[in-house]
Amino acid sequence: MNTAEAYETNELADSQTLEMLRVQDLHAFYGESHILHGVNFDVKRGELVTLLGRNGAGRSTTLKSIMNMVGRRTGSIVINGNETLNMKAHHIPRLGIGYCPEERGIFASLDVHENLLLPPTVRSGGMSLDEIYGMFPNLYERRRSQGTRLSGGEQQMLAMARILRTGARLLLLDEITEGLAPVIVQKLGEVLIQLKERGMTIVLVEQNFRFAAPLADRHFVMDHGQIVEEISAEQLPSRRDHLNTMLGV
Amino acid sequence: MTMIFGVPLAVFMGQLTLGLVNGAFYALLSLGLAVIFGLLKIVNFAHGAQYMLGAFAALLGFRYLGINYWLALFLVPLVVGGFGMLMERFLLRRIAHLDHLYGLLLTFGLALIFEGTLVNFFGVSGARYATPEALQGGLNLGFMFLPTYRAWVLVAALAMCLFTWFMIERTRLGAYLRAGTENSQLMQAFGVNVPLLITLTYGFGVALAAFAGVLAAPLYPVSPTMGSSLLIVVFAVVVIGGMGSILGAILTGLGMGIIEGLTKVYYPEASNTVIFLVMILVLMLRPAGLFGKEA
Repeated sequence: MNTAEAYETNELADSQTLEMLRVQDLHAFYGESHILHGVNFDVKRGELVTLLGRNGAGRSTTLKSIMNMVGRRTGSIVINGNETLNMKAHHIPRLGIGYCPEERGIFASLDVHENLLLPPTVRSGGMSLDEIYGMFPNLYERRRSQGTRLSGGEQQMLAMARILRTGARLLLLDEITEGLAPVIVQKLGEVLIQLKERGMTIVLVEQNFRFAAPLADRHFVMDHGQIVEEISAEQLPSRRDHLNTMLGV
Repeated sequence: MTMIFGVPLAVFMGQLTLGLVNGAFYALLSLGLAVIFGLLKIVNFAHGAQYMLGAFAALLGFRYLGINYWLALFLVPLVVGGFGMLMERFLLRRIAHLDHLYGLLLTFGLALIFEGTLVNFFGVSGARYATPEALQGGLNLGFMFLPTYRAWVLVAALAMCLFTWFMIERTRLGAYLRAGTENSQLMQAFGVNVPLLITLTYGFGVALAAFAGVLAAPLYPVSPTMGSSLLIVVFAVVVIGGMGSILGAILTGLGMGIIEGLTKVYYPEASNTVIFLVMILVLMLRPAGLFGKEA
């Protein structure tokens, strides 16, 4: 049995179901402040879902809670069949998760190439450097530049690219289109479609509803630290006005 | 006789060498402080004591276990660095979530305990550690006499500085360290075991101090207080260089050693204060230090 097969078998044994992520009754706290108030949602393998909502609704905190980056959490977060609530923060990515933070987290003391190689491999089957540079040719041209010297769009691509190398199968992407030019947003949309075709599972926190709408299978609307509505791609056309009111756009 | 600004060349070069050797110690020690501060955000006030422990370990290792200088140069940093890792794991980690001032107080307290304990057993007068045979004597360069051991210290300290620079700037582990210094939480979210990285980093910084201590043992009297007096100057060097860069710590250390040495030639009265004068000047003109990044 070669490694890839072992990995596949292992992955099936991991899950038994098609469920990649299940969050149940998740509460999260920063010190005394109670941010999430019982979040419930699930993501199937290969799905792309969005977390929509106004600023402060708890979308970024939901992603951070999954990564164990907040002060305290209660409830349940099952990733690939593993309950992670009591896991150490550095063990969670090794379940095959890639996290792209809202502020992008490009390291100034590393050049582009070093930034790209930084996150350790968490699973086999990640994209090769050639594939990644093929997907983001700009990064190859600027591979010796200091990470933070890149334009905002290039930094965003770098933040995405570096988690594709690690073999992560579940991507948590926080506001990846924020403040970027339309042409870059379009490029990111193409990248997401390619990743979906590769079977990646993606949770997208997004303000830009027009960007997210055609990509996503399901949308979860958050408000006051809870999921208040679930809208499937089929329901979307009839619910669009309602959604716009809720998001305040 | 050749004169440089009214001073005989031999005297000038002699003081320059002394200054460079002191500078090499400043560089090694401020390098360790900078590495530790970068990731742990702790001003390691035990650094002087750990340097002293390095010298003492060499002395006692020779006296009771017959460990020679060359073996000590290799073993002592491992032992004292390992001891540092225990300090981090069982003491510093417990207060890591508190204000960084507590780390300063804790390491300062530990330094006093180490010093006090050794004073209790060995007194303050200091003991001599013999220069290894191969490095005794000196070279007559024609224009000056160069003691072999001082030349060796310079070479060894600079080699260690370069090794450290290479490890941090050119290896994968170093990239983890640099990235962890910027944003350790995100590193954790990438699956890097940051607590382990912190323990190793502290241990490495302490090992650098212990290495300096072994190098210093044949030069200066080995006494429990040898670190605390040096550390004050090293802190001034760190302030001048700024905490920002590895190369900065090395260059500032050497530079300050040279300035101190030359002051001894031209205005000996100021030689003990010149570094602090430079520090005041730098603080006025570039508060983040010569190589520091403006906050």
